[in-house]
Amino acid sequence: MKTAIASTGNTLESKVDRRFGRCSYFVIYDDETGSMDFTPNPHKDDEEGAGPAAVQLVVSKQADQIVSGEFGIKIKPLLDSQRIRMIVIQEEDKKISEVIELLNHKKSK
Amino acid sequence: MSMSPRRKILRKLTSPPPIKGFRPFGGDKPGSDHSESIVLSFEEYEAMRLCDHEMLNHHSASVAMGVSRPTFTRIYASVRKKVARAFVEAKKISIEGGKIYYDSDWYTCSGCRCIFNNPDKDKAVEHCPLCGNDAVAQLHDDSQSIGKRHRKCRNTRLGPYSKCESNDQFQTSNIQNSLK
Repeated sequence: MKTAIASTGNTLESKVDRRFGRCSYFVIYDDETGSMDFTPNPHKDDEEGAGPAAVQLVVSKQADQIVSGEFGIKIKPLLDSQRIRMIVIQEEDKKISEVIELLNHKKSK
Repeated sequence: MSMSPRRKILRKLTSPPPIKGFRPFGGDKPGSDHSESIVLSFEEYEAMRLCDHEMLNHHSASVAMGVSRPTFTRIYASVRKKVARAFVEAKKISIEGGKIYYDSDWYTCSGCRCIFNNPDKDKAVEHCPLCGNDAVAQLHDDSQSIGKRHRKCRNTRLGPYSKCESNDQFQTSNIQNSLK
């Protein structure tokens, strides 16, 4: 299963971004192969439509679920129709490496 | 027999608020645990979130919540008044209750404290998609709200809705069963 994580930077030490549409990087993590792909968000500074554009990017990467701090109202119906799961992280300052650790924990079970 | 007021339409929430309330600090008489608190309903929280955090105008925000524009403005006016009162009078704010439903099924995991939804309605949620913990629970709002489509009380297909004179008489379980 592929998971997209909204990230503030392009390292494992980066934090999960609170905003999905305007995050700096998307991390696409595949828990079957363990591969990680850091993709810069081209719509980071867009005035409008950053969310839907971000959804398109995630869809093109074939992610099944998204981890972020928050999802805007334009994104929700799009993700519902694409059957992509939203996971809202409650804790602030969670690192990408910690999220991946959590996702791996699931696999080892 | 007294006239009952018109029933309120359920308001739609995108996602639950991350916290249950606020407490003042400092000052001469900071709100202690026993002092009176100001209660914001979930829809009031959502109104303020859409308007002042998502920066939507009242029209788009009302569409997002599934209410009319004037109703949205009333909810919004109420939340501003309450928040201002809490600030000025150093009162606690608690966010609870309200006539709402979530626009998709949300679940919480007590392992990693994340909130997630279930895009595949045919599959039951058993494990947290993030940490794999099986301590997951579906989110319900606190008191009165029941599943979707309450607005269509006239929709006779959903039996329990068609008879509801008073929302307090709703049986959550019945309605949820009828939605399945």
